[in-house]
Amino acid sequence: MTVELTLNGRPVRAQVEADDSLYTLLRALGVRSVKCGCETSSCGLCTVHLDGQPVLSCSVPAPRCAGRAVTTLEGLQSEARLLGECLADEGAEQCGFCASGLIMNALALARENPSATDEEIDAYLAGNLCRCSGYVGQRRAIRRYLSRIASGEGRA
Amino acid sequence: MSNRVVGQGVRKKDAMALVSGQGVYTEDIAPGGCLCVKLLRSPHAHAVVRSIDVSRAKEAPGVACVLTWEDAPKTRFTQAGQTYPEFSPYDRLILDRHLRCVGDPVAIVAAETERQALAAIDRIRVEYDVLPAVLDAREALDNETLIHPEADWRALVPECGADNRRNLVAHGCDQDGDVEAELACCDVVIDREYETHANQQCMMETFRAFCMPDAYGRLTVVSSTQIPFHVRRIVATALEISKSRVRVVKPRIGGGFGAKQTAVCEVYPALVTMKTGRAAMLVFTREEAMTVSSPRHAMRMRVRLGATRDGTIRAIDMHTLSNTGAYGEHGPTTVGLSGHKSIPLYTHSLRAFRFSWDVVYTNTMSAGAYRGYGATQGIFAVESAVNELAHALGMDPAALREANAVREGEVMPAYYGETAGSCALSRCIARAKEMIGWAEKYPRRTLPNGHVRAVGIALSMQGSGISGVDTASAAIRLADEGTYNLSIGATDMGTGCDTILAQIAAEALECPLSAISVHGVDTDVSPYDTGSYASSTTYVTGMAVVRACEALRAQIVRAGAKLLGCAQEDASFDGEAVACEASGRRVSLCSIAEAQMTAGMDAIAAVASGGSPTSPPPFMAGCAEIDLDPLTGQVKVVDFAGAVDCGTVVNPNLARVQTEGGILQGIGMALCEMPVMDERGRTMSNSLLQYRIPTRQDAPRIRVAFEPSYEKSGPYGAKSIGECVINTPCAAIADAVYNACGVRVRDLPITPEKVLLGAKGEP
Repeated sequence: MTVELTLNGRPVRAQVEADDSLYTLLRALGVRSVKCGCETSSCGLCTVHLDGQPVLSCSVPAPRCAGRAVTTLEGLQSEARLLGECLADEGAEQCGFCASGLIMNALALARENPSATDEEIDAYLAGNLCRCSGYVGQRRAIRRYLSRIASGEGRA
Repeated sequence: MSNRVVGQGVRKKDAMALVSGQGVYTEDIAPGGCLCVKLLRSPHAHAVVRSIDVSRAKEAPGVACVLTWEDAPKTRFTQAGQTYPEFSPYDRLILDRHLRCVGDPVAIVAAETERQALAAIDRIRVEYDVLPAVLDAREALDNETLIHPEADWRALVPECGADNRRNLVAHGCDQDGDVEAELACCDVVIDREYETHANQQCMMETFRAFCMPDAYGRLTVVSSTQIPFHVRRIVATALEISKSRVRVVKPRIGGGFGAKQTAVCEVYPALVTMKTGRAAMLVFTREEAMTVSSPRHAMRMRVRLGATRDGTIRAIDMHTLSNTGAYGEHGPTTVGLSGHKSIPLYTHSLRAFRFSWDVVYTNTMSAGAYRGYGATQGIFAVESAVNELAHALGMDPAALREANAVREGEVMPAYYGETAGSCALSRCIARAKEMIGWAEKYPRRTLPNGHVRAVGIALSMQGSGISGVDTASAAIRLADEGTYNLSIGATDMGTGCDTILAQIAAEALECPLSAISVHGVDTDVSPYDTGSYASSTTYVTGMAVVRACEALRAQIVRAGAKLLGCAQEDASFDGEAVACEASGRRVSLCSIAEAQMTAGMDAIAAVASGGSPTSPPPFMAGCAEIDLDPLTGQVKVVDFAGAVDCGTVVNPNLARVQTEGGILQGIGMALCEMPVMDERGRTMSNSLLQYRIPTRQDAPRIRVAFEPSYEKSGPYGAKSIGECVINTPCAAIADAVYNACGVRVRDLPITPEKVLLGAKGEP
C-alpha cells in the first residue's frame, strides 16, 4: 500500500507492507539516525517524534503514519546541537548507538518539563537504554542542557 | 615534557558525528542491493542432521543462495580473536552436520530482502537425530556423551591440557609455596564455593557485518568488531583462502565489551559473497545476540582462604570450573584470569597460593570474552571469601584489606611473577572509604521506614594488555599545513581510544589535538594491531604512538636541518619549527611539510610498535551502599564510590565514563542479570525484557575518584581502565547484603528470593 506522510518537514510517498513498522520505513527511506537495539520495544534506540510526540518507531505500524508528521534527529539538527554538545562535553555519548533515540526523547522532555528534576529525567528517559555510560554522565549532561536552555541558550 | 594535551578531558573526536545521528555504523554504510543473510538454527541442544531438503527454499522468490553443511568448507577454526598461535581450539565449521547447542547454524539463506530470506527459511525441511545433551558443567568432564568427537578437532596449544575425548578445553595448575602446609598453620580457614553465570554484554549494536567483492577479486568484510586483523585471519581460515585475499574494515561500532572479540557473525555473509559474488549482510537480531553469541564464561569457584587470628592472610587455594559451552572460544584463557587477577591482590602477606582449573565443553551457547574476562568472576569469589574471613575474625573488611593488600614494588607470584611497579591501591581503599562514609555507615543502620542501609567493599585489579603477546603498531606522517595523520589498528568501540591515542600523539609532538587526524581501521592500510581487548589500547598502542612520534620528530629535525643548511646535531624541534642553535634561524613545520612534497626530500613518516614484557595492573577499591527492604528482599544500590589507580589519567572525562559504565554493568551482574535456560538447553532470557539490564532508574549515585600512580613503562605514566572497573560491585554488594540482613549470597545474581529464603534459613 502507499502512505503519504511528512518526514522532517518534507512530503514523502512510500510503498509499505501492512505490517511494516515506521522504523522499517524510515530506514528504507535512508534515515540513518534511527537505530534498532531490540525487537521487544525495550531499548528506546528507535525513538522519533510523531506529530511532535516521542514514539518507538519499531512499534508504530507504518500505515498508521499516513497524513502525519514524522521527525527524526535529521530534522532537528539545530535544536539538538546544544544537547549533543552537553553529551560530548561529558564523554557520555560513548559508542553513540543509543544517542539518537536518547536525544529525541530528551528533547521531548525539555519541551514538556524544562525544569525536570533528576528523578523526573530518569523516569521520563527510563525506556532509553545505554550500556556504556552507566547513565550518570548522561544525567549530568541533560541537567546541564536544561539549565542552559533555561538561561536562554540553544533554542533554534 | 609539559602535559598539555594528556590529562585534558577533551571531547571525543567523533562525538559530534555520533550525537548528530550521522550514518557511520556498519549497517548505515552497506551498499544498496546488499543481500540479506539469515540463518536457520538448531532447535536441539545436541543433534546430527540426518537429512536436509532445501529445494523449496531455493525456489522461493528473491533467494540468491541456500547453503548447508554440504556446501561449506571443511576446515575447522575458532571464532575467538586471539594472537597466533590461538589458545582456543579449532573446533568449529561454518556449517556442521553435528549441532552442539540450541541455535547452532543449520543453513544459511541469502535473499534480496529480509522478508524473502525469512520466508525461504520456513521452506527448509530438516530431520534431526537428537543426541543426549550435556547441560551441566559439573557433569561434562568424562561424560559418555562427547561434544567434539571429531577426528579433525585440533588444539593449537596442547599445553592448555585440552582433550576432546574428555570434553576438556583446558586444565592446569599454578602454585607458589606449600599451600596445604600454610593452610594447616592458619587459625581460620574459609572454604566456600561461589558461582557466576553466562552474562550477556548487551552492547546496543548487535553483531553485524557485510561482505563484498572488490575490483581485485578480493573479499572486503565491513564488520562491527574489536579485532579487524583477527577477523581477517578467521575468515580466511574458515573459507580456506589466503589471508591476502581478505580486507577487513571497522567503521564506528556500537559497543563491544568483549562480545566483539569473537568473530560471531562474519563468516556467514563471507561465505555468501564467496558463493554468489554479491554483497551480503548479516545483522543479528537481539534474540540471536542473546542466545547464540559470546557471553561471559559461567564459573564455579572453590576458594580456601587461610589467615592467622590477627588477620594476616597466609594462603589462598582456588579451583575454577569454567563452562565454555559448545565451542572453546576464549575458554583456555578466561579461566586463567579468575585466579591470576584475584589472588595477587593479597600479595603483601600471602605465603603460598595454588590455583587450578578445568574448562569443559557443554551443549550450551559458546562463551566468549566479556569485560573483565574471568577476573570479574574470580574477584567475586576471592573478594567474597575475604569478606567472609573478616566476619569470621570479627574484623572490619576494609581494615583487613588495608593490612593485606598488595603494595608498590612487591613481586606478585600469582601474577606471573611480575612486580607491582605502580600501585596506589592503599590510597584507593582510603579514598573509597572516605567517599562512601565507611566509618559512619559500616556495617548497617535501620531507617524509620524499616529499610536497612548497609555498606560493603571489594578490591579489583586487571592487566594492561597481554604481556609478551599483544602487539600494536602506529603509523604517523607529516601532512599539509604541518598537521599529522595518525593511523592505528586499535579499534575504538565507543571508548574513545581514537581520541586518547591522538592526545598521546599531540603530547609527543607538542601540537594541538586538532592537528592530529586519526584513522582506524582498515587492514589494508592500518598498521597491525591485535585489537582492542585485554585493556590494551591506551597502554600497548599508546606506547606504539609515543615511539612512532619520537621517530617522526627525529625525521622532522633532519629535514629541518637540511633546509636550514645546518648540522642535524645543532637543530631542535619545538612543535612549531626546527631551529638552528648556532644561527638562530628557524624553519616552520608547515614549510618542512611542503618541502617534503617536492623533489629531493624524503617523506616524513614513521611506524613503530608497542608490546610489553609486563602487563601493569590497574587497581580499584569499590564501596557500595545498599537499601534493603526486609519485607520483599529487594536490594537497591543507593550509592557506589569507586577509587581507581589507572596510572596517569589521559582523558579524565572518558576515564570517568568508563568507570561509571563499568560499575553499573557490575551492579547489573550483581543484582538483576540472569541468563535462564530450560531443561532442553534453550535460552529463555532471549530479549532485553527477559534479560534485564539496569535502566536509568536503577542507576544509583555513582561517584568516581582517581588515585593515579605513575607507570614508568606506559605512555606518560598511563595504565589501563576499561575492564578493572567492572570487577568490584558483585562482592561489595554481596557483603553489603550480608551486613544488612546476615544472608550470604554466593550464587549471583542477588535476587529478592535468595535474600528472603536466606533470611528464613532456607537454601
